[in-house]
Amino acid sequence: MLKDITLGQYFPGDTVVHRLDPRTKLILTVAYIAAIFMVGSWGGYALVFAALAAVCAVAHIKPRALLKGLKPLVFIIVFTAVLNLFFTRGDDILFQWKFLRVTYTGVERAVSMVLRILLLVSGTFLLTYTTSPLAITDGLEKLLSPLKKLRVPVYELSLMMCIALRFIPTLIEETDRIMSAQKARGADLETGTLPERARALLPLLIPLFISAFRRADELALAMECRCYNGGEGRTRMKELHMAWRDGAAFALGAALIAGILLLRRLGI
Amino acid sequence: MDPVIRINNISYTYPGSDRPALDGLSLDILPGTFTAVLGSNGSGKSTLAKHLNAILVPTAGKVYVDGMDTADEGNLLAIRRRAGMVFQNPDNQIVANVVEDDVAFAPENLGVEPHEIRRRVDEALKQVGMYEFRMHAPHLLSGGQKQRVAIAGVLAMDPQVLVLDEPTAMLDPRGRREVLDAAESLCRERGITVVLITHHMDEAIRADRVLVLDRGRIALDGTPREIFAQTGALQALRLTVPETTALISRLNAAGMDLPMDALTPEACAAAIWEALG
Amino acid sequence: MSLIELRGLTHIYSQGTPFEKKAIDDVSLAIEAGQTVALIGHTGSGKSTLISHLNALLKPSSGTVLLDGEDIFASKASIRAARFRVGVVFQYPEYQLFEETVFADIAYGPKNLKLDDSEVDRRVREAAAFVGLDADQFDRSPLELSGGQKRRAAVAGVLAMEPDVLVLDEPTAGLDPAGREDLLARLFRWREVRGATILLVTHDMSIANRCERLVVMSGGRIVLDGTPEEVFAHDGQLVSIGLDLPAAAHIAKLLRERGLDLPAGIYTLDRLAEAILALRGKGAGPC
Repeated sequence: MLKDITLGQYFPGDTVVHRLDPRTKLILTVAYIAAIFMVGSWGGYALVFAALAAVCAVAHIKPRALLKGLKPLVFIIVFTAVLNLFFTRGDDILFQWKFLRVTYTGVERAVSMVLRILLLVSGTFLLTYTTSPLAITDGLEKLLSPLKKLRVPVYELSLMMCIALRFIPTLIEETDRIMSAQKARGADLETGTLPERARALLPLLIPLFISAFRRADELALAMECRCYNGGEGRTRMKELHMAWRDGAAFALGAALIAGILLLRRLGI
Repeated sequence: MDPVIRINNISYTYPGSDRPALDGLSLDILPGTFTAVLGSNGSGKSTLAKHLNAILVPTAGKVYVDGMDTADEGNLLAIRRRAGMVFQNPDNQIVANVVEDDVAFAPENLGVEPHEIRRRVDEALKQVGMYEFRMHAPHLLSGGQKQRVAIAGVLAMDPQVLVLDEPTAMLDPRGRREVLDAAESLCRERGITVVLITHHMDEAIRADRVLVLDRGRIALDGTPREIFAQTGALQALRLTVPETTALISRLNAAGMDLPMDALTPEACAAAIWEALG
Repeated sequence: MSLIELRGLTHIYSQGTPFEKKAIDDVSLAIEAGQTVALIGHTGSGKSTLISHLNALLKPSSGTVLLDGEDIFASKASIRAARFRVGVVFQYPEYQLFEETVFADIAYGPKNLKLDDSEVDRRVREAAAFVGLDADQFDRSPLELSGGQKRRAAVAGVLAMEPDVLVLDEPTAGLDPAGREDLLARLFRWREVRGATILLVTHDMSIANRCERLVVMSGGRIVLDGTPEEVFAHDGQLVSIGLDLPAAAHIAKLLRERGLDLPAGIYTLDRLAEAILALRGKGAGPC
C-alpha cells in the first residue's frame, strides 16, 4: 500500500536534536552534504558515520528507521554501484570475464559512491525525522527572507510548500481509494504493454486531478474565511529563537568538517 | 437586542444559472442564539450560509453582519473575523501539519501578538476538547476531531458568529455528536451565535430556532417544537420529521393524547410513561 | 455451501513497522446467496478493511476468503473472477467518475469484462434505469451532473457489471432524506429483480433496518450477528461500543429502564407503537 512509504516522515520527539532551531539544522544539513563530498579518505567516512550514529543516538532515532527509509532507494544504490564497478577504467584489473572488467579503482569508487549516497540520504532523513515540515518551511522562510528585498514572495512560497506537505498524506489516501474503486470496476493496472498501462492510468489520474483541484478550491475558500490576506502584516505564534544549543551544534559541525579535512590531509 | 445578522430581501443567482438560488429572503439573527437551517438539496441553504460572511454578495438586497454591509469591500476582513465559517469536508480546511499551528493560522493572518495567539489557540483547543491533540498531525485524526480543530481555528479569531455548513455530513454518529456538542456548548457557554446548516432533523432539535428553506425562500420559521409538529408541511418540502414526532403522531392517531413537542428520545419516553399511568 | 465464506480472516496493516495495526482479528463469517446483510460498526471497526477482501483488493495477513467454496486468491484468474462477481461501491463513489460522458463511465466496468458492444449497451441502459438516470443524461459530462446524479451514475457503473454480490460502503452518505430513501429503494429493487446478494456497510441504523441480517463489528471482530430483532435485543452492548440505536430501539430502551414491560428487540416505530398501545389501560405506567 502507498501508505507504507515512510520517506520524509517526521517522528515527533523532545530531544536536543528536535529542539534545535530549524535554521541551525538546515544550515548544518547543507554543511553536512558539502562535508560528505570533501571526504577524501576511509577515515573520513568512518568519522562522518560516527557523527551520524551519534546524532541518531541523541535524537532517539532507531537505525532501523533510517534503513527502512532507504528501501525505496535500493535500486538507485545498486545501479550506482554496478555502474562504478564495471565501467571505471583502470589498469589494476582484479577480474575479467568477456567484456566485463572489474578494477581495483572501480571497487574503490563503487564503495565510496554507495557510502556517499547512504550518508547523504540518511543525513537528510535525520533532518526530516527530527524537524516538523512546518518548522523546516519556517526555517527556510527566515533564511531566505533577505530575498524579500528582491521581491521574491518568500512567505507565499513557504506557505505553498507547507500546504503541499500537509496534503501529501491526504492525496496518497485518495489515490489508494480511487485505485481500489477502479480496480473494483475491473481496471487492470498491472499487465499489458507500456502504452496500454499508461492508458490504464487515466481512470486513476483524471479523478485524482479533479479531486485535487476541488480540494484546492475549497482550501482557498477556507483560508479566505480565516482572514488570509497574503504575507503582509502577518505575525507568528512560534517565533524562532537561537539558543546556546544551536551554538554548540555549529561548533560540533565545524569540528566535523575540520576532522574530515585533517584526515584527508593525513590520508587516513 | 440588535440582530447580529440582518438580511434584507436578498436574492442571488449563480453566474450561468437561470434560476435564483436565493429569492427575496429576509432574516434577522439575534446574538447568542442557535439557529438550524434545514432544506433539501438545492433549497439554497448553503448559498445562504455563504452570504453570512461575504463569500457571496447578494445580487439584490443587503446583508449586514454586526451592522456592516457585506457588499462593501472595505469591510471584508472585519466581517470574516466576526463571522467564522466551518465547511463540510474536514480535510479541505486544515492548512498546517500540526493541529495547534493550524488553529494559529487565522490570528496570525490578523497580526495578533505571538503571546496572545498562544493564549487564544490554547483556549480554543480546550473549548472544543482537542487540547491534548495540539501536537498531532491532522491527517491522523478522526473526522469528528478534524471538524473540532476546524471549529477551534475559527474560534481563535474571537468571532461573534459561527456558521457551520453541513459540518456533520461526512461524519459517523460519534463524530456528529462530538461536533454538535462542541457547537452547542459554544453557544450556551460563550454566547457565540451559531448557525447550523444541516439535513439531519435530529440535529435541528437542539437549536433555539429552525428555518426551513425551499427554493431560495424561508418556508417555515419557528422553534423546533413548532416546526416538527407540521408533519405534512415538512414532507411536502422533501424533509422528514424526527422519529420521536413520527411515533407520537402514530400513538395519538390511535387515541392516545401525547404532547407533540417531546422531541428528544428522553422527553418522548417520559411523555409515553406519563400517559400510560 | 455458502456464497461467501471468511475463515479466520486477519488483516494487519504496515506489518513490522512502528505503525503496525491489526484491523481485522480472526473473523469468520458466512453469507448465503440472496441474503441482505448490513455490516455495522463505527469508523475504525474494521468493516471497510473487511469488504476490500471480498473482491480481492486486499490480501489477508492470514485466513481465507472463499467464493462458492473456492479460495479467491488461488490464482490470477480467480482474483479477477472475484472482482467481477463481487461488485463494490466505495464511499463517495462519485469521485471515481472519469470518462467524458456518463454513458462511457457506466460502460467502463462492462468493457473491462470484454463484453460485446450490444451487451455493454444493454447493461448500461438497464443499470441507469435502475438508479433513475434518464437516457438524456448519457451524453453529458459526469462533471456537469448534480451531486445526487453523480452518485447514481457511479452506482450504476458497478450495477452494470451485474455482480452476484453487491457491496455498498455508506451508499447514502451526504444525501438529503428524500435522496437517501430513493437510492435505497432503488438498490433493493435491483436486488429483487437480479436475485443478488447485498452487503450494506453503514453506521446508519435506519439503513441497517432494511436488511434481514445484521453483523456488528467492533475492534476488528464480529461482536453480534443475527436478525435485527436479535441484534437490537443487545441494546446496552450496542451503545457501549459507541453505536447509535435506531430511534425506536432507543425509546424502547428508555421505557424499559423506567420499568415498562416491553418485549426485547423492538427496532421499528410500527412495532414500538403496537407494543405501547397493547400496554395501554393495563396500569403499566407510573401510578
